[in-house]
Amino acid sequence: MNALKLHKKLEENNALLIFGILLVSSLGGLVQVLPSVYQESLRTPEANTRPYSALELAGRDIYISEGCSTCHSQQIRSLVAEVERYGPYSRAGEFVYDRPFLWGSKRTGPDLHRVGGKYSDDWHRIHLVDPRSVVPTSIMPGYPWLAEKDLRSDDIQAKLRGLRSLGHPYSDEEIENAPAQLEGRKQIDALIAYLQMLGTGFVEPESGAGDSSE
Amino acid sequence: MSSEMTTQPQYYHDEIVKRLVQFSVAWAVLAMAAGVFVAAELLWPTLDMGQPWLSFGRLRPLHTNGIIFGFGVSALMATAFYSVQRTSHVPLFAPKLAWFLCYAWQLLVLSGGLSLLAGMNTTKEYAELEWPFDIAIALLWVSFGIVFFGTISRRKIRPIYISNWFYGALIIVIAMLHIVNNLELPVTWTKSYSLYAGAQDAIVQWWYGHNAVGFLLTGGFLGMLYYFLPKHAGRPIWSYKLSVVAFWAFTYSYIWAGPHHLHYNAIPEWVQSLGMVMSLVLLAPSWATLINGVMTVSSAWEKLKTDPALKFIVLSLAFYGLATFEGPMMAIRSVNVVSHFTDWTIGHVHSGALGWNAMITYGTFYYLMPRLVGTELYSKRLANVHFWLALAGTMLYIIAMWAAGVSQGLLWLSLDETGELAFGFRDIMSSMAPYYGLRLLAGLIFLGGTLLMAYNFYMTTRSRKTVKVEPPVVDPAFGVV
Ligand code: HEC
Ligand code: HEM
Ligand code: HEM
Repeated sequence: MNALKLHKKLEENNALLIFGILLVSSLGGLVQVLPSVYQESLRTPEANTRPYSALELAGRDIYISEGCSTCHSQQIRSLVAEVERYGPYSRAGEFVYDRPFLWGSKRTGPDLHRVGGKYSDDWHRIHLVDPRSVVPTSIMPGYPWLAEKDLRSDDIQAKLRGLRSLGHPYSDEEIENAPAQLEGRKQIDALIAYLQMLGTGFVEPESGAGDSSE
Repeated sequence: MSSEMTTQPQYYHDEIVKRLVQFSVAWAVLAMAAGVFVAAELLWPTLDMGQPWLSFGRLRPLHTNGIIFGFGVSALMATAFYSVQRTSHVPLFAPKLAWFLCYAWQLLVLSGGLSLLAGMNTTKEYAELEWPFDIAIALLWVSFGIVFFGTISRRKIRPIYISNWFYGALIIVIAMLHIVNNLELPVTWTKSYSLYAGAQDAIVQWWYGHNAVGFLLTGGFLGMLYYFLPKHAGRPIWSYKLSVVAFWAFTYSYIWAGPHHLHYNAIPEWVQSLGMVMSLVLLAPSWATLINGVMTVSSAWEKLKTDPALKFIVLSLAFYGLATFEGPMMAIRSVNVVSHFTDWTIGHVHSGALGWNAMITYGTFYYLMPRLVGTELYSKRLANVHFWLALAGTMLYIIAMWAAGVSQGLLWLSLDETGELAFGFRDIMSSMAPYYGLRLLAGLIFLGGTLLMAYNFYMTTRSRKTVKVEPPVVDPAFGVV
């Protein structure tokens, strides 16, 4: 029982035990996670995928802050029923500008990855403020304050600059003009702009199956 | 490690342990109350009364963070400090640092919770707190490590007992996961962007998320099991060799299983398959520990009748077995197709969370609290009532969520003869109300039991001082030279 002898050493030496745990527990991450972080195909955008505009980014940050992702996924799995219900399944390349990712783990509400263009802006405006006025049985919370609160514009340049340093291609001009895009708007406007662009980063090749409808 | 002969007596630092237990119980009550409230919101969505901070999306992370970092981590620190002193035969290393950690941690969880209500949130599950808190967590975690490993390195007994490896793995692996997963670029004081994007962020997050479950909710609490179960039962662990093998197998294999949270998602296929296989492998070390635990109590069944604390621990083992059997099943891709995104996952989570984490902690606290103040438990009857409430609440919760989750999963996927979807999303959503009602009831029952325990402890420790315990004299044959 050589293994047990080795173990006896570990079991009597604090530093060795710490080192042993660190070594054994990091193997999985090194072999499985690290390669993914360097995998090019996971970092290459789809043909139609572009960085978020200033307004959409502000909307996305509201989506994050309100925790919409606790009830909504943004990940259409490659299953027939799922494609039927929500549209073309999600491609890795569509998410390259998503920091953090918002795939979610629970669908109390429907998937939102291809919700862009599904409804009018006005529908969203009414639905977000009081979901039950358009969907009587809805258990989604209302967000009346989003229609009242002004959108912050003082932090948007810092955000865009930060993202640029991480490789998102924003031009000086875009950063320069960003605050003007947000001024005078309510939070709900930004959120709707974000919802309307969701899923538009991927266009199905002409003869594609799996058209989405109710 | 020379054995200097000091004349003045040294005592174990049990005051810290007691305070941490009290904080842990307080967090249990608060965070479960938040759980009950969000459960009610899924039935009555207007309960938030138009208040942003009462909104579901902000309160749910408060529930999970409050329970895991408030209740769970405080309990783990308390029991780690209690047992590491007794298995090393020395008082805590750096007691001032330990006291600082005890209070600073509570302040962190409190302010972190408030920041979630204010809308500061990264959305990465169980890592929702923003960057200033991430830094504070890292620093406090290092002090946890210093106190813990410092105590071990001053120990008076040669072998490092098995419970300490699990606590040690908790400290080391969680530090690694926390730092890597939270690498982010701060853009303002309240906002940061992850250094990873999209699919890569997802892979890193679930490497973290699954192993936070693995090394905190499972491994950390196994440390508790390995110390307190033999203590309760009054006999040594059934097979020490088995516990050694299980420990290393557990530490090695858990790390690989994260991608079972991303089946059929936009990540490479080989990563998913590997995650699935390693999840099945995990069944072995998980159940090795289960067997070890059951065999340890198997000769102490008599005590079960009279000792409510032991009852909690034995029941927690059963739920541990259930959750670690169900988990690998849900990691099989064809099962996960149905379970993913549904309330089935919520059922699985709470079979582990209520049945395993909460119950083993309750059992341990019922053992600890009277001993810490040198008296009997205020009321054994209340503790027995609590036991039945906890069991009923857990069962009801799990059954309701299984029923909800399996029907959700199957209805979402079902197609009619023409290949069209058979059911609309909103109809399926509306049919969940009865299950959510049962879950709410289950939560109230479970919370009620927890309140009884809090009262029982209050009456037990009220106006009593923590007893002073001296480390025993160590037989030189076993001691460190
Ligand atoms: C408590 C869970 C919950 C939260 C939190 C939540 N939703 Fe919903 N959402 C639902 C449910 C349930 C539905 C389906 C019923 C309905 O349409 O109202 C829904 C529907 C929607 C729809 C319509 C989708 C479709 O395809 O018909 C949109 C858009 C939406 N939610 C956006 C949001 C946004 C944006 C947020 C955050 C500000 C949010 N939701 C927060 C539960 C939630
Ligand atoms: C061998 C052991 C286990 C395995 C293989 C396992 C596997 C799984 C799987 C497959 C999921 C569903 C992922 C998804 O579809 O999204 C899951 C979710 C979860 N499990 Fe386990 N499980 C195990 C034990 C446990 C235990 C003991 C706990 C203790 C509390 C636990 C807590 C959780 C949590 C919190 C989630 C939800 C994560 C989220 O989506 O937010 N698991 N687990
Ligand atoms: C009174 C007891 C409890 C109640 C009523 C309760 C209720 C809830 C509810 C309603 C949710 C959200 C489910 C959803 O989004 O559909 C939730 C999620 C969660 N709870 Fe609890 N909970 C309780 C105790 C606990 C305990 C003791 C723990 C941990 C030790 C815990 C850990 C979690 C976790 C990790 C999640 C997130 C699951 C996921 O994302 O998949 N809960 N709980």
